[in-house]
Order: sequence, then structure tokens, then C-alpha cells
Amino acid sequence: MEDIIPEIKREYIMSLLEQGKRIDDRGFDDYRDISIETDFIEKAEGSARVKFGKTQIIVGVKLTLGAPFSDMPNSGVLTTNVELVPIASPSFELGPPGEDSVEIARVVDRVIRESDCIDIGKLCMKEGEKVWIVFVDIHVLDYGGNLFDAAALGSIAALMTTTFPAVDENGTVDYKTKTDEKLPVIGKPVEVTFVKLGDYILVDPCLDEEEVLSARLTIGYNSNGNVVAMQKGGSGTFTQKEIVELVNRGREKAEELRTFLE
Amino acid sequence: MKVGEPEEFIIDGKRLDGRAPDELRPIKIEAGVLERADGSCYLEWGGNKVLAACYGPREIHPKHEARSDRAALRTYYRMAPFSVNDRKRPGPDRRSVELSKVIRNTLESVVFLHLFPMTAIDVYIEVLQAQAGTRCAGITAASVAIADAGIPMKELIPSCASGKIDGKVVVDLFDTEDNYGEADVPVAIIPRTGEIALLQMDGNLTQEEFEEALNLAVKGCKDVYEKQKEALMKRYGGE
Repeated sequence: MEDIIPEIKREYIMSLLEQGKRIDDRGFDDYRDISIETDFIEKAEGSARVKFGKTQIIVGVKLTLGAPFSDMPNSGVLTTNVELVPIASPSFELGPPGEDSVEIARVVDRVIRESDCIDIGKLCMKEGEKVWIVFVDIHVLDYGGNLFDAAALGSIAALMTTTFPAVDENGTVDYKTKTDEKLPVIGKPVEVTFVKLGDYILVDPCLDEEEVLSARLTIGYNSNGNVVAMQKGGSGTFTQKEIVELVNRGREKAEELRTFLE
Repeated sequence: MKVGEPEEFIIDGKRLDGRAPDELRPIKIEAGVLERADGSCYLEWGGNKVLAACYGPREIHPKHEARSDRAALRTYYRMAPFSVNDRKRPGPDRRSVELSKVIRNTLESVVFLHLFPMTAIDVYIEVLQAQAGTRCAGITAASVAIADAGIPMKELIPSCASGKIDGKVVVDLFDTEDNYGEADVPVAIIPRTGEIALLQMDGNLTQEEFEEALNLAVKGCKDVYEKQKEALMKRYGGE
């Protein structure tokens, strides 16, 4: 069955695309309705709940003190994790993270890290011994397609609202007391995802489109519009010309997404 | 600046290992190196030593992974504990899980999976020694191993990365460049059509730099492709 239903769906979606239409009545370059609600989880140091059409994601940021990496003794540590929790889709199962959640987490991690949007040099308490570790935990609540862009946007929104917890004289973190000091977030990177169906390339795939895609390309941009992360997915291919065009086309969409972070 | 970072990466037009910006490390490919596997390939690429093996099409376990309209291609990218300076703990880590997935997607673009429904084609990539660029080396070796197993495919897939060091775009980073460089762009292509089957990137590139990096990586892939063909010709008697 799993092979037959998408085949019928593919034919339907392709016939719409030939008429210049998408299955949810959007233009090829349109994002779905996006909303962001920050500080949704009071117990987290930062949080954001993001909706992209029918996709719903919540991101919580927790801060702990721990040891830095030996090659970067003055820098804080970033850890990004994605949970595809079973409430979000009939195809998500309990258990250790599968390859899909690992891939999303690593691509979101890449865009945060490579854009240098967290000033990790300011997260050092004692060189080589104690630095802040930033945990970005992304929970997918409702899977309606394009988890990459939603997870990245939610992560940045949550990081921007993150404040440090108090630290007592023994160096222990007091999570019940929050300070006004904000996590040093100095950029607003975003991710833009395109999918290819036949010869058509669409931004922000919904679930139906994602199920029948031939190839996917996620591009991460920093605040200057430079490319900081890319990930191609799917068993299909892009031409070199298509990729160069998409990097330009995505830059405009990135500007649009960034307005949600103001 | 990270600990141990060299001050300069390009001195008098030469990189730290003596290469020109558009020069690949030496590559040696041998097909059919294992007895038991249906297809295999050993590849040396600079300091990388990678072994790939292909088993199948064969009966699939567990059964629920079987697909009624095609073979299930399963790829496993693994790094040996002794392949890197600090011992790597055996078993899957998040990096190898991600790489196994993107390598599978890359190979799926050329293997005729629909010819073998309800079966498994398993491809194992063992990185015995790593000097950066192991996913590209792995894809290059894996596609030779699949060909060596006699599994029909559209085309071999060569792979090669480019990157940026000292603000300059160069091809095929080795480990020092990769650790301290400003960008890494692994690419794999289908040579006959030039289509891009693998593309990842991390770092910081302008539009122009990205286009230059993509061009360099694609050019590198074409050089790698010649080595792949030579290896198969050597094993199956081209002359």
C-alpha cells in the first residue's frame, strides 16, 4: 500500500503543477502561514512554538555548565536534538532517534553553528574547565511537512529569548532564579527548503508534496545572505544551474522568514 | 582561533601539503578486493583508506523493510576506531547515521532498484583511515563496489569536495584544512548528465564563492570518474 497511494497522489499533484497550481492553493514561491509564540515554556531558559501551516514544533533551550571541548577551551558548546514524537504522525515511533531526526538536528545545528549566531566566546566561565552548554531541543508536535525550516526558525526564535539562570557562589546553577542577562545571539540565520517534483521546484513543501518529492534542497543563510549550510535530500537530482538559481531564489525567501524574528 | 591552527594555509600559491588550489590528492582505486562480498572496492585518496562492499540483491531481513516495487538499498557508513587521532568509539554516532542516509540517497539516484523488488542491496563503507573527505571517498568506492557486484546502474557516481581556506576556494580539503577551514562542500555527480546527486555544505560562502566551489567540486568529480572507470577496466579487462 505504501507504494501505491503516493503514486496516485503524485499523478494528482503533478497534474495540478502543470496548471501552475499547488495542492494547497499556494504559489510555487509562497510559504504557508507562519506564526511564532515565544516563552511558551517557563521552565526552559528560552522557548518558541512555531507553526508552518499544519506543521507545529516546539523548541526549548536549556543551559547547563560543563566542560568545553579540548580544542576550544574558551568556547561554549552547542547541542541540537530533534525528537519526532509519536503524537506528531502515525509514522513516528518511540525509541532512539532515527536517521530522519538525526538529519534535521544536524542540519539545524549546522546553520546555528556555521552562522556564528551564538557568540560562544562569551559562554566561558573558566578556561578549559567550565563553560555554558546550550541544549536546543526540538519537539515536533504535528508533522505537516518542511520540518527543516520550522525547526531552524523555532530554534533561533527560542535562542533569541533565552536568558541565563542564576549561578550561586559555589558555581551551581539555580534554575528557579532567572537573570535578565540574555544569551549572546548576534545573528538571525534561517533555512529555506525547496523540493523538486518532476521539473517543478517549490518552496516550503507541505506533507503531500514531501511524500512524493524526487529531491530536496535545504539552504541556510546568515544575516548577510551568505550561504552557511546546505543539505540535499531525496534520491532525485538537481542540475548545477538549478542549484545556483535556488541559492539566489532562496536568499529572498530567507529575508521574508527573517521578518518573523523581529 | 582554535588550538593548533596554522597561521597560513596557502604559501606562494601552494597548500600546506604542496598541492595547487585545484589539485586533488593522489587517488588509487582497486575493484574486487574481497572474496566473500558480491562486489567490493578498496580506495586510497591521499591519507584516506576506505573499503566498500556490496551484498545483494539478497533476501531482506527484517521483512517489513521489503518494498513491493523495488529493492531496498541499505547503506552503512562506519569509521574504524583506529581511523582517527582520538580513538572513535565503535558503533553508530549521529554523524555516521546522517552520512549513511545521504550516501543512500546519492546511490539511489543511479541504481536500477526497480529490477529487484522485495530484495535488499546492502552497501557497507568501512573507513579504515580518515584524512578528511571520507564521505566522498566512501561514495566513490561504494559505486565501484556496486558495479563490481554486477548490479545494473545508470552510471558510476564519483564524489569530491571543495572548500574555502584563507578566503580562497580550493578543491579536496585534507584534514588540517578541513578542521580549520572556512567552508566544506561535498558533491557527487552523475557524470553523463552532470546532475548533482549529493550536495552538502557548511561554512560561510558568498554567492560567487559558492558557484566557484560547486564548479571546482564538479570538476574534481570528473577526474575521480576517470579513476573509477580505470579500476573497473583493469579488473574486467578493458584491453
